[in-house]
Amino acid sequence: MTSELDIFVGNTTLIDEDVYRLWLDGYSVSDAVALRVRSGILEQTGATAAVLQSDTMDHYRTFHMLERLLHAPPKLLHQLIFQIPPSRQALLIERYYAFDEAFVREVLGKKLSKGTKKDLDDISTKTGITLKSCRRQFDNFKRVFKVVEEMRGSLVDNIQQHFLLSDRLSRDYAAIVFFANNRFETGKKKLQYLSFGDFAFCAELMIQNWTLGAVDSQVDDMDVDLDKEFLQDLKELKVLVADKDLLDLHKSLVCTTLRGKLSVFSEMEANFKNLSRGLVNVAAKLTHNKDVRDLFVDLVEKFVEPCRSDHWPLNDVRLFLNQYSASVHSLDGFRHQALWDRYMGTLRGCLLRLYHD
Amino acid sequence: MPGKLKVKIVAGRHLPVMDRASDLTDAFVEVKFGNTTFKTDVYLKSLNPQWNSEWFKFEVDDEDLQDEPLQITVLDHDTYSANDAIGKVYIDIDPLLYSEAATVISGWFPIYDTIHGIRGEINVIVKVDLFNDLNRFRQSSCGVKFFCTTSIPKCYRAVIIHGFVEELVVNEDPEYQWIDRIRTPRASNEARQRLISLMSGELQRKIGLKVLEMRGNAVVGYLQCFDLEGESGLVVRAIGTACTLDKLSSPAAFLPACNSPSKEMKESPLVHPPSHGCRSTHNSPIHTAPGSRLTQNFSVSVPTLIYTGMGSGSAGKEGGPFKALLRQQTQSALEQRGGSPHRFCKRREFPFFTLTAFPPGFLVHVGGVVSARSVKLLDRIHNPDEPETRDAWWAEIRQEIKSHAKALGCHAVVGYSESTSICEEVCILSASGTAAVLNPRFLQDGTVEGCLEQRLEENLPAGCGFCHIPYDELNMPFPAHLTYCYNCRKQKVPDVLFTTIDLPADAAVVGKGCLIQARLCRLKKKAQAEANATAISNLLPFMEYEVHTQLMNKLKLKGMNALFGLRIQITVGENMLMGLASATGVYLAALPTPGGIQIAGKTPNDGSYEQHISHMQKKINDTIAKNKELYEISPPEISEEVIGSPIPEPRQRSRLLRSQSESSDEVTELDLSHGKKDAFVLEIDDTDALEDVHSLLTDVPPPPGFYSCNTEIMPGINNWTSEIQMFTSVRVIRLSSLNLTNQALNKHFNDLCENLLKSLYFKLRSMIPCCLCHVNFTVSLPEDELIQVTVTAVAITFDKNQALQTTKTHVEKSLQRASTDNEELLQFPLELCSESLPSHPFPPAKEHLESASSNSGIPAAQRATSVDYSSFADRCSSWIELIKLKAQTIRRGSIKTTVTVEKASPVGEGNFRNRSAPPCANSTVGVVRMTPLSFIPGAKITKYLGIINMFFIRETTSLREEGGVSGFLHAFIAEVFAMVRAHVAALGGNAVVSYIMKQCVFMENPNKNQAQCLINVSGDAVVFVRESDLEVVSTQQPTANCQPLCTGGEVTT
Repeated sequence: MTSELDIFVGNTTLIDEDVYRLWLDGYSVSDAVALRVRSGILEQTGATAAVLQSDTMDHYRTFHMLERLLHAPPKLLHQLIFQIPPSRQALLIERYYAFDEAFVREVLGKKLSKGTKKDLDDISTKTGITLKSCRRQFDNFKRVFKVVEEMRGSLVDNIQQHFLLSDRLSRDYAAIVFFANNRFETGKKKLQYLSFGDFAFCAELMIQNWTLGAVDSQVDDMDVDLDKEFLQDLKELKVLVADKDLLDLHKSLVCTTLRGKLSVFSEMEANFKNLSRGLVNVAAKLTHNKDVRDLFVDLVEKFVEPCRSDHWPLNDVRLFLNQYSASVHSLDGFRHQALWDRYMGTLRGCLLRLYHD
Repeated sequence: MPGKLKVKIVAGRHLPVMDRASDLTDAFVEVKFGNTTFKTDVYLKSLNPQWNSEWFKFEVDDEDLQDEPLQITVLDHDTYSANDAIGKVYIDIDPLLYSEAATVISGWFPIYDTIHGIRGEINVIVKVDLFNDLNRFRQSSCGVKFFCTTSIPKCYRAVIIHGFVEELVVNEDPEYQWIDRIRTPRASNEARQRLISLMSGELQRKIGLKVLEMRGNAVVGYLQCFDLEGESGLVVRAIGTACTLDKLSSPAAFLPACNSPSKEMKESPLVHPPSHGCRSTHNSPIHTAPGSRLTQNFSVSVPTLIYTGMGSGSAGKEGGPFKALLRQQTQSALEQRGGSPHRFCKRREFPFFTLTAFPPGFLVHVGGVVSARSVKLLDRIHNPDEPETRDAWWAEIRQEIKSHAKALGCHAVVGYSESTSICEEVCILSASGTAAVLNPRFLQDGTVEGCLEQRLEENLPAGCGFCHIPYDELNMPFPAHLTYCYNCRKQKVPDVLFTTIDLPADAAVVGKGCLIQARLCRLKKKAQAEANATAISNLLPFMEYEVHTQLMNKLKLKGMNALFGLRIQITVGENMLMGLASATGVYLAALPTPGGIQIAGKTPNDGSYEQHISHMQKKINDTIAKNKELYEISPPEISEEVIGSPIPEPRQRSRLLRSQSESSDEVTELDLSHGKKDAFVLEIDDTDALEDVHSLLTDVPPPPGFYSCNTEIMPGINNWTSEIQMFTSVRVIRLSSLNLTNQALNKHFNDLCENLLKSLYFKLRSMIPCCLCHVNFTVSLPEDELIQVTVTAVAITFDKNQALQTTKTHVEKSLQRASTDNEELLQFPLELCSESLPSHPFPPAKEHLESASSNSGIPAAQRATSVDYSSFADRCSSWIELIKLKAQTIRRGSIKTTVTVEKASPVGEGNFRNRSAPPCANSTVGVVRMTPLSFIPGAKITKYLGIINMFFIRETTSLREEGGVSGFLHAFIAEVFAMVRAHVAALGGNAVVSYIMKQCVFMENPNKNQAQCLINVSGDAVVFVRESDLEVVSTQQPTANCQPLCTGGEVTT
């Protein structure tokens, strides 16, 4: 006796959260059944393995049919085939677009192309996430990217509107899209200590301040691309380190104010010129696409690592950066105050977030 | 020119990409009705076209309006080649043809294609302007309401229940007319869908005509079926119960008719001895119908069993009132003008009712299940306009049923249904129902008033009247074990009762009920034509017998004494016959406690064997005890002193039996035939019987928190909460073909059903505590080694805490339920007299009071009635307040509604619906509930919008790519649900009640990577309002928003 056909269709589509999780994690039906058996469900319910197998198959089939709709979540809301309560719809979408930290760190900032897709095998082996799940996550990134790439208006709002994600997840996707578009390098060994959250935080600040959309929300409102003009202008900041007088003045202003307030004052004093040079050079280099990509590598190399080697407490870093940016206003010879604020305001936030072990 | 149909195509969405180059579609729409076609403009390059067309107007006869479906085809315009069809929508406009139902159909319909399934949606508005037609020779029957519900619909009352209506139409099946090479299967499937749509329209119109001839205005319990007879054609047949219904808000006060037995029945002098627990089936009367009747084709009539087996006594005095009734009806029939008076009279011969639940007092006594089967050889239908052969076949069967009912002393058959099973050219026709004695007053005109006075004179206790035997106990040729009713002590009752109807609302029940199934397979040699038919008809009586034995055994194992909703399906396949009987077992307080099951061995000298037997016996006894606990069956102990009647206490019965048996020759005979054993005896004389005993014990009870039944309501549970989940589950197994024995086959089939149930329990575990209601199993044998089982049911949650409280006194609870049901029925009449109510005595309460007082001397169980009364009255008074408020709301609201309805009904309603539409159209899709039950727990049905009757075919040539057979069928069933919901929503409804999947024919050809499936579903589209919402609304000022809730208002004024 073999079962040829075995289906269950409810007027309200049954969604089992646990099975959905297993499906999203890319387990095959037999693996999922095995995992469910291990969870002790048979003992709880008195069911048999055959029942579990049939139930899992049913759910998998349903999810498979839903997947097409999940690719365009508004469709899920308007479709008539599956009657699903709104709260469940939200859950389906949110979970489908959720991603693994380990996975996102691997592809963050990479071009979402076929080439990267081929590397998913390696990522799967490296992270222990099933290839199927990797593909889903990768395809989600790519799909969202494609849809919002050319779109005007706020990136987060666009994502939220077209994919009906929660605010939190929309922000994460905005970061992923922003990173993918600007191809920021995040995979270098020295960047490994950073979490996706760190990058996402920086992305948000950069979107808010460094993109075209940040300056003028009316014209060609683009959140995805950095403001090219702004990047060009950043060269002007070079004077802060190139002009020796200005550099000295800047240093003395900072040191005067911070004297006695920092536990690492002497180290700061000794390193001031190096640090300042590093930060300003990063700005000046942003004209070139390649250097934009290396932004985070540079920030870590030029600022985070030196401070860390001197064991700066986070609070001292904060005091220093505040004073460092603020005292530029007192430099009479410096004319690019607004530019400096736009640059340093964001950078200060980023650096503080990046500064940890 | 009695009607104008107006259609507007608004927009489309989610259309498929038809042009690969642009990834877009140039869509336009063809709207076809009858022979007229209109087209919209082509909306270029869009997957969400906005046609916003003009109103297409069709001027048509109302006959066509009833027959024809509106056909909407969405196409992709192609400049160079033929336009590609995207898909179609068929809209049945029948709901627009009667005034109280929907006035506009407006909404998003899934665009359906037989190959691709649903491909986007289309927004359509449909209206009908009907002109009054005074033509007396008309062929249309506009205005007759159809209900699938097998009880009087909730917001109506029955003025008269006229009786049985049936009709069938036949046609050639387009699939078989066309040679595959000339026409694609897709075209032939589309032709089939269209034809069946047309045929069911025609059928409904014809039935409607018959109803009008009977002076009725509605068909209740309408059951339409298709017989796909293959080469010999396609038969669409329908049966139903013609009624004259009144909307409940009309001023005639509705009082449930009395629960009166006929006077003749009241006392019978002879005391019949109570005998042992159960009459076993080998004593079942076998009614052999006259041999093989060769009408036109070969046919074999099958001997039939009458299930209660309570003899075929003379029709006796009971025949009296009915005969009179029949005469009267025939007379009126002759007076009316009808196409063929002869046929018309013939139809009236069948006092059948497709209803399974009845207005209080309608059902007087129940005799037992009557069924008839007949094996026929199909032959090509030569002249589709004269489907006489098929008519004659059914007439024969019905005649047989009627005579069976007569034999049980009953003049009517209720819970009547008909079905067929076809395999190649062999067809089994089956009909079954419950023989019953009805209150004739309901069947005549103008007796509602008279009924009132009489009811007060009669003080028969509620809850047991229907159990009393309708037949003449003096004249029973078959042994039966009668006892005095355990409830009223006045009338005789049988020891077990089998019925096809729902448990009457006022029935006194102990504990809870449960689903009981008998499953059986019999191998059959492959044969041709006559030989095959003969082989089948020879097997059938044995199958019926065994099914009955199984049911009886399982019933006893559960410690119960009655079956409701019994449905026996016999399915014929190439090389086997399958029998599946489902019913809901209950313990009726009026019937005696069932005896146990005793096992007897044939070789008593073998010691180990004895041990084995006693081991089994112990297991069985344990199971019975466990079941009694599980289903909370603890009948109240009745001490003899209190009763003061000769009824013995259950345990002492055997002793009394013997002493009494000496007094009557008849009974002595009876005792002999049973070998003087108190309990039901199973003799294990061969392996077969051993298997049977084993299989008895293998049925696993549902997990804790789960109950199941196949009736509308679960006996013993009344505190439903609002969560419902309707589902369909299909399983097909392939049998390993070699050396199959009957036992192996039985085991496979048993496992299949049990596993299916287990799966259901597992899947629905999140709803615990819950009950699976209306569990409906269908078996088919699509191929040699395939068995297909389809289950549709609804899971309803209930409040466990409340249940625990009420279980303390079972009888009290059941009575309480009965009273809540009365309340339910009465709320609308109450509304009418709500002003004067405080001083006005409350009719049902009075009845309860009286019955309580008159019975106060007798059983303890009865006293519950008076205890219950206070709480009942309490609830009533709060109800009255609520109803008063509601009445006011409706009155205020109705001012608005009536204006629009009277001035320009379709437009007015259209506006109103448009106003309420946005929430659906804008963001999310409105929820449409589906249920096989006639009600929605925790909600009030405020309006019936019309019948939903849909037929779909889906085919695929890429089975593997669509996820194999499971993927294919899963998607298709989901699509069918979606299309039903969309149609209901477009009618302005939010639920389908009495939903049924009548057919699910699945065929596959894995080698060719192909599959095909036909599904036929039906139900009643309704508007319901949550009871909690009702309260909110009734306290608010009526606003535009609450108008949908007040739609009843248009009739109030």
